[in-house]
Parts: sequence; structure tokens; C-alpha cells
Amino acid sequence: MSMSGRKWTLALLCAIALIALLFIFVLLDLSWAGNRTLSLGEVWAALTGNGSWGTDQIVNVRNLPRIAMGIFVGAGLAVTGGVMQAVFRNPLADPYILGLSSGASLGSAVAILFGISFVPLSVSQPLLAFVFCLMTMFLVYTVSRMGGGNVRTETLVLAGVAVAALISAVVSFLTYIAPSDEMQDIVFWSMGNLGGDWTEVTIVGCIVTAGVAIMLTQCRKLNAMMLGDAHAMDLGVDVARVRLMLLVVSSLVVAASVAFVGTIGFIGLVIPHIFRLILGPDNRLILPISTVGGAAFIIMCDYVAHAVAPLYGVLPIGVVTSLIGAPFFVYLLVSRRKVVGW
Amino acid sequence: MVTSPLETRSLEYSYGEKDVLDGVSFELRPGEVLGILGPNGCGKTTLLRNLNKNLRPKVGCVLLDDADLEGMQKKDIAKKVATVPQTNEIGFAFTVREIVEMGRMPFQEAFRGNSSEDERIVDEAMEQAGVSCMADRYINTMSGGERQRTIIARALAQTPKVLLMDEPTLHLDISMQFEILDLVHRLSRESGLSVVIVSHDLPMVARYCDTIILLHDGRIFASGSPDEVLTTENMRTVFNVDARYERDERGNPTIRLYGACRD
Repeated sequence: MSMSGRKWTLALLCAIALIALLFIFVLLDLSWAGNRTLSLGEVWAALTGNGSWGTDQIVNVRNLPRIAMGIFVGAGLAVTGGVMQAVFRNPLADPYILGLSSGASLGSAVAILFGISFVPLSVSQPLLAFVFCLMTMFLVYTVSRMGGGNVRTETLVLAGVAVAALISAVVSFLTYIAPSDEMQDIVFWSMGNLGGDWTEVTIVGCIVTAGVAIMLTQCRKLNAMMLGDAHAMDLGVDVARVRLMLLVVSSLVVAASVAFVGTIGFIGLVIPHIFRLILGPDNRLILPISTVGGAAFIIMCDYVAHAVAPLYGVLPIGVVTSLIGAPFFVYLLVSRRKVVGW
Repeated sequence: MVTSPLETRSLEYSYGEKDVLDGVSFELRPGEVLGILGPNGCGKTTLLRNLNKNLRPKVGCVLLDDADLEGMQKKDIAKKVATVPQTNEIGFAFTVREIVEMGRMPFQEAFRGNSSEDERIVDEAMEQAGVSCMADRYINTMSGGERQRTIIARALAQTPKVLLMDEPTLHLDISMQFEILDLVHRLSRESGLSVVIVSHDLPMVARYCDTIILLHDGRIFASGSPDEVLTTENMRTVFNVDARYERDERGNPTIRLYGACRD
């Protein structure tokens, strides 16, 4: 079998394994009921509308929206991370590389601290986070355009770092002067927290689905861009336009996620890398499989975050994603680095 | 009259305040191998990048089959113009075949895989550039010359009318320099491929190019056939080198280099 044939077969096997994994952890996560674990029968009954009031509350009201949110956010962050790494040709790129998380944090902190009296916090916080997130992206892009000429990816990364540093300082300042209750809210939000009601899940779901669909149409162009902007242009890719389009789309996806669940680190950075280490750099494989991988990974982490609740209470999801992901990633990196080239 | 596949009209380009190209006009004929010669920093690469809209001229225009590049989509340009850039560092572990297949990108819609026609063209391009035997090897583990040939195969897979090559001999072994330029020369004769080679490799350009443009400080200093352009006087002025154009005992044009001019 040819090289690329082997890769596609391997990718298919990975996808099947991930979907199975996702399915198992969705069931486990659905059955979590705090002090006990529901049986599969109880979960099924609740899902089909035949459960008791109690199981219905646990499965359909508390667990299901959280899991749905997790699937969208996990898939969205993983694909966005993969896209950013390809666009910037930088292994350290993640969905927040343009300072988006700091922008969202600022929006969220502003909402928590100052609020808008006639709007409830549950609306103003995601709204401000979303708006600040996009404003940050716009600011970063404007800064990197200053001085004229074409926007180079290196300039964008540096502008992102600079703007993020500035905004983070403002967030730190706000956290510092905040009363302790609000301070805890700001900190907790910044660690990431899945959840939300069905309206929120629908908003995130729509934006993520549309964004991911658009990004998946650009895989081949991203492959060319990974060789370098000049190569991509030689191959007929309008690099400036494609890059701007991808930055806008991914900012929307990230802004939607971060606005409702806070910054969940590691997924966007590591999930695409994991699949690159297994399958090589071809984005036509990496991006689609990252959607499933991101979703499976975040649900797995969400289950762990809840399973340890008797010890520490339910952990912020961002803590778990890093605790589980980092060691696994180090192992892959050490054993299979040559396969990607990074 | 045959239309020119590629033509520039009083092309000017500048980086900020610094003028790099100043009124460059030339016409490429079908099946012609054109060498653009000049010392480092004379604007060769800048000129080449203007020819495929990687850069956009500040003044003047570039015509591809009589159509102004300014009004053309990059994708449509890439269907006719293929480029072999000077630097070919590629850090990612794409296989040689995957890289060459990218040459078919301008002809493909998103989500559509390679057609059997694409496969045939890719096979042929790899054969021509001598990389068929390394189809499954990773590009980031290969030597500069092997990467160069892979990129040349990719350019051929674009089935171009015009091939732009930036310092094509730079990374290649001597024997491979001849092989690649023989190939390009043969394609220009057999299938009417027009080639623009940017280089400072005087002997190679003298041998393989039909027409030569000497570029000096962003202007065309001289243009014409190699024996018209590569006079001792011109080479002294442009390259500051003491050299003579002559034919070797086998009748091939070559440049005898005596050394730098001391004055």
C-alpha cells in the first residue's frame, strides 16, 4: 500500500477509536450524579423521557447541556489550534495566540466588576467577553499592519504577545483591586468551566459548527502555507486573504467558546500535535480528526473533573485538561518527534 | 504574430523608499529560455516575484497571455505560471509525493481528491525531475538538492506555460545542475515551455539561455543573445569581473572567468 494510503487507513482507525472513546465517556459523564453513579438503564430512560424526576434533572438538565457544550468547545478549540499552528507555522500557536483569551478575560472581568445594571451578569459576561475578544483580534491585526507593507505572520505573533501582555496587566490590576468575592469569580472563570443552559449551547454550537465547516474547506491551502507563504502564493493561494479569513473565523469560534466557558488551555495546543505525531502534518487528516479528538478529550477530562469531586469538589476543566494532556504529550513528543518535523 | 506568454511593461517596484526595479520591460517568447543575470541585490528576485504576483508592481504591469496580472486571481495565475523559489527549507514531514501533488492544487476544488489525470501528471513530473524513487521519503530529511528537484517536480506538475526559476543551480550537485537545465531546455524545445531563470551563475546561463537580460541597479543594462550581451566589457561593468564569453571545443557557449577586476 502507498504511504498516503497507509496514513488514510490509520486516520480512519484513529477516528473510529476516538468516536468509541467519545461515546463511552459521554455515557460515563451522563451517569455522574454526585454522590452516586446512575446505571445505563437509568440514563437511557432519562434520555428517552421515561426517567424519574430526579434522574431527569441529573441527566437532561445538569449533565447533558454541559456535555453538549463540551463537545462543541472541545472540537472548536482543537481545530482552531490546528489551523493557527499551520497559519503561523509555529508549534506553540494555540487558539489564543492573538491574545484572544486575555481579551475575553478583560471583558469578563469588566462585566463582573462593573456590570451593567439592567443586564443580568449571565448575559453581560459572555457578551462583553465576546466583544472584547474580537476587539483584541482587531487590535492585534491593526498593530501588525502599522508601518505599512505586507503583514508577516511573525509580526502577527509578536503583536499578539505584546497586546496580550498589556491586557493581562489590566486584568491583573482589576483582579487586584476587586473585592474578594468578585476576585474569586474572575479567577474561577479564567480556569475554565463547562456549563450553561441550552440557549448558550445553541449559540456556541451554531458558531462552532459554521466556523469548523469553513476551516475544514481550507485544509489543502493550509498544507501549502505550512511550506511558507511564498510557496503557497506560487501555488495560487491568496495567502493574505485566506489568512485573514481564517483569523476572523477562528476568532469567532474562540470568542464564542471563551465567552461561555472561560479559557480552557491545552486542548487547542496539544490535540492537533498529538495527531500530527501519529499521522504526519497533512491538514486534510489532522483537522477533521482533531474535531473528534478535541471533543473526546474534553469530555474525558470533564468526567475526571467530576469523578474526583468527593476529594476536591468538581475541578475546573482547564486544570484537568492540562494535568492529563501534558504528560501524554511529553511521551509522544519524546518518542515520535521526527514524524512531524517540529 | 505570436502573442507573448509573459510580458512586462515599464515595471517599477520599491520596498518603502528604496527603488529596486526601475522601468523594466521585456517580452518572453513561447519556448524561450530567458536568463536574468545580475549581481546580488540588483533586483533579480524582486523582478521574478513580480512575474507571478507575489509582489505587485508600483508602476507598469505584467501581462500573462495579454491579460494584466493585476486583474487575475492567484489561482488562475498558478495554472499558467509555476515557480521554483530560491530557498526551499521545508520543516514539515510531508512526503515527496505529497509535495509534488500540491502542484495540482490550482486545478482542484476543495474536498476533491486527485483525479487519475492528476495522478498521471504527478507521476510524470516526478519521473522528469528524477524523484520517483524517493516518492515516500520525507522532505525534511532530504538534502538541498533533493528538495530542489522535488520542488521542480511540483512546478512541472502545474503543467505551466511559464516556468520561473530563482537560482535553480544553487543547491544542486554539478551533474544535477546539468540534468535539471537539460530537462528545462528540452521541455522548452519539445513542449514550448517558456522559462525565466534568475541567476548569477554566468557559465550556466550562458550555456542554456536563448536570451539574456543583464540587470544592473534595477534597470536593464543590456539584453539580447548571450554572445551579444555577455561581452567582456558588460561583465566588467555589471559583475566587476574579468571574464570572456567563448565556445568550448565542443561548441557549447561558456564563460571563462579570470578573476575580479582590480580598479
